[in-house]
Amino acid sequence: MAERVVIDPITRIEGHLRIELEADAGKITDAWSETTQFRGLEEIVTGRDPRDVWAFVQRICGVCTSVHAIASISAVENAIGSVPPPQARLIRDMVLASQEVQDHVIHFYHLHALDFVNVAAAAGADPAAAVDFARQIGSTWRGNTIERMTEVRDTVEAIVSSGQLSIFTGGYWDHPDYRLPPEANLMAVAHYLDALEFQRSMIRIGTVFGGKNPHPNFLVGGMACTIDQERSESINQVQVDDIKKWIAESVDFVRSCYVPDALAIAGVYKDYFDIGAAQPNFFAVGMAGATFAGNPADTPVENAHTEVEAGVILDGDYSRVHPFDPSKIAEWVSSAWYSYSGGDVGLTPDVGETTVDYTGPKPPYEWLADNREYTWCKAPRYDGKPIQVGPVARVLLAYLRGHERTVEIVDDAVAKLGIEIAQLNSTAGRTLARAVECLTSVEILAERTFPEFVDRLKKGDIEVFDATKWEPSSWPSECAGRSFVEVARGNLSHWVRIKSGKVSHYQAVVPTTWLAGGRDAEGQVGPYEASLAGDGQHPLVDPAQPLEPLRTVHSFDPCMSCAVHVLDPDGRDLAAVTS
Amino acid sequence: MSQPVEVWREPTLGENLTRAGVTRRDFLAFCGALAGVFALGPGAPRASAEEIADKLAAVTKPSVVWLQLQECTGCMESALRSGGTTVEEIVLRLLSVNYNELVMAAAGDAANQALAQTNAEPHILVVNGSVPLKDGGIYCTIGGESAEAVLRESAKNAVAVLAVGACAVWGSVQASRPNPTGAVGVDAIIRDKPVINVSGCPPIGEVITAAVAYLLAHDDVPKTDAEGRPLFAYDQRIHDSCPRRAHFDAGQYVRSFDDEAARNGWCLYEMGCKGPSTFSACPIFQWNMHTSWPIGAGHPCIGCTERDFFDRFTPFYQALPNVRGFGVEATAEKVGWGLVGATVAGVAVHAGLTAVRHATSRKAQAAEPLEAFGDTSSGGGE
Repeated sequence: MAERVVIDPITRIEGHLRIELEADAGKITDAWSETTQFRGLEEIVTGRDPRDVWAFVQRICGVCTSVHAIASISAVENAIGSVPPPQARLIRDMVLASQEVQDHVIHFYHLHALDFVNVAAAAGADPAAAVDFARQIGSTWRGNTIERMTEVRDTVEAIVSSGQLSIFTGGYWDHPDYRLPPEANLMAVAHYLDALEFQRSMIRIGTVFGGKNPHPNFLVGGMACTIDQERSESINQVQVDDIKKWIAESVDFVRSCYVPDALAIAGVYKDYFDIGAAQPNFFAVGMAGATFAGNPADTPVENAHTEVEAGVILDGDYSRVHPFDPSKIAEWVSSAWYSYSGGDVGLTPDVGETTVDYTGPKPPYEWLADNREYTWCKAPRYDGKPIQVGPVARVLLAYLRGHERTVEIVDDAVAKLGIEIAQLNSTAGRTLARAVECLTSVEILAERTFPEFVDRLKKGDIEVFDATKWEPSSWPSECAGRSFVEVARGNLSHWVRIKSGKVSHYQAVVPTTWLAGGRDAEGQVGPYEASLAGDGQHPLVDPAQPLEPLRTVHSFDPCMSCAVHVLDPDGRDLAAVTS
Repeated sequence: MSQPVEVWREPTLGENLTRAGVTRRDFLAFCGALAGVFALGPGAPRASAEEIADKLAAVTKPSVVWLQLQECTGCMESALRSGGTTVEEIVLRLLSVNYNELVMAAAGDAANQALAQTNAEPHILVVNGSVPLKDGGIYCTIGGESAEAVLRESAKNAVAVLAVGACAVWGSVQASRPNPTGAVGVDAIIRDKPVINVSGCPPIGEVITAAVAYLLAHDDVPKTDAEGRPLFAYDQRIHDSCPRRAHFDAGQYVRSFDDEAARNGWCLYEMGCKGPSTFSACPIFQWNMHTSWPIGAGHPCIGCTERDFFDRFTPFYQALPNVRGFGVEATAEKVGWGLVGATVAGVAVHAGLTAVRHATSRKAQAAEPLEAFGDTSSGGGE
């Protein structure tokens, strides 16, 4: 007899996600991914000045701050024909790279690690053994000292013995599937705290160029921050020195701390390479940070990332890459609280429509999945197929395209762990891919993007803004643009139409929408749902302590505020609430 | 007793004091002094030093419920980036943050239980995010409850309520025209106790954690302006503490992004800067451990600490009309008079601020809005 299990709130994610499950004899038999927040931002930007819109849509998400702003200005530039100077594009690329590295680190340590690391068990650990454990797994992080481990153990002991567990209140600390030895738990908690300090420092790269973080400032046509080696009021050698230092810190942290920790956890929880597979379809337009104004195939603006060409992997065939065709993207609302004027069909984003049509129960409620509609998240499909985006998609694409450094790191990890490439489509695989990608991203930032920026600066290339298309009078009376950006959680695209200088249509197709969406008209489940219930083998030992499904859901790095967006192409009133 | 207990390592204050080397005798002497303070008028039973000592010694770390309602998590991210009182100090040493969805270990029922237990006792309530009231609260539910129900339940036994971020203060971007979900801020719902509005989209990380630290340091909520914003971070107009102010007074303006004036750090007023109508300590504290701030990085202020800024301050790149003093001291031929002009403007501003500080009703200030492009209903991208 199947038991119903509700996990709401799913914590340690961005935004509001509810998972409903049916489980039988310790296995998950069915799953529903339910997004429970809606804000309607695309409707709000309709009728606004397109140059302002980045600031609105940046607020789609504060965890992946910057990425929606960059996607928005790129789409608007594509529409109005503005071409930001190379230095502006390099600056945006550096901000994106620093955001992605910070985001992956925060995800691994602060949102995901407690699925594998037992904080309470760190209390009794031997600090010397923790230092030893770190050495054994190849961690050369400078925080691996007996003094530091002792300090952290004392902090954990103080919290545990005080009985006031703060953020660890109610954790599943007696769950039988926490497997790390005490010293490994202690090391991981120490790195959890070190990672907080690290991200606080390195994120300042975005502050130098955008003035604040989260939500730095951006500009259609380039950047507002001036750069000039001979002026104190522009970004000059002083800030360049800072950035150089923060990038070096980042390379060090990712190499010496994050990657060894991720590999170690993947090794201890190796069975999770056989748990949590979603549909084996993937797409990306390049490596992390790739930013295209317009179709990647014929973008008018040079992209800072040319290492890996856009591509699609289908049906678990890891021997070939299909060309990416944006016209194959369509969104379904079969399981979502919207309705389409043409019925239950898939619509491409350029003609997408959304009318709120809430059919769920009035809160408070106990169970949603008896209804055909159960989420605020649409279900995007590529060529009719559910598809995975994100680090795992990009790493697989880069691997199949023969990107040397990716091949080197992946081959090394796969050999160490004794797994197959196909097993990257799993809970542990997605988590491992994120660490692999973080390393290539920070290396590209350190070895290519930043040096190119400095080199151009040295040569006197200080232009950061294309003024020729700033005034709306220079725009066509009607125009349309789109952008594709590879951001931390996967492929992000923004689509804009402009009429008489105002936004007439806006749409964002967001990584978490691809992943968290529910069933489509054919009854195909979304990737979260497939990962939990696709093979009927996903463990759930104790429904009161749903540690195992949390591991799998977290492996996608959910970002729910991003996932839910609505747009009305004609600016009509959206509300058509029927219950 | 002047020694602060820096690390809260034991369950209770008494045990922590013992650990810190404070003797029972010293503690009793301190409590004896308190006994005088607590003698509440004639006839009131005078508590003995012993009784007070026993009560105080049993005090535990304050508990915190830190909600995230309809929002983007940018405020928690900002708090994570605070280089002042760090978030790890807050969650591990100073307070017991028993419920926060972004960082807490438990999920689902276990998380809801932590929330219910903490709500049952006196606690500090911090809120990120707005409350969508339209259509019975369907636009944001947590654990099957509407955001409004979650907020009301959490506020019942709260000893202090901090609304952190533009969403919690007034609704922010989702409350902008046409506000499809009927989003409102915390103080539109919680009327029976003061709500401290730590405004900004997001607020500076150091300001968020300082607002929490203030509660602990003063055992009281911070003093606020008429909008409920703590004076320690919102008593100054950006325009008055802006390092580029001299360029405004001298009539030295950026006319196009990346022009000579921009590279020389001149005033961004003509590019649409909302600093003249925005109260925030951005130029003073700056962002991310004093690294930079929006105007410092060449972009006009968008006024994110002010209510309705997405409607009243857009288009963002259009200059504010009629900024006080503009047109007098700001013309090129008046260069040299700039300093005098600034002083005069400064006096006027301070008079305005004093009025704000002393306003007892929030309506008093609403009647005298700073320059913007009109009210919420008519502003925006029309």
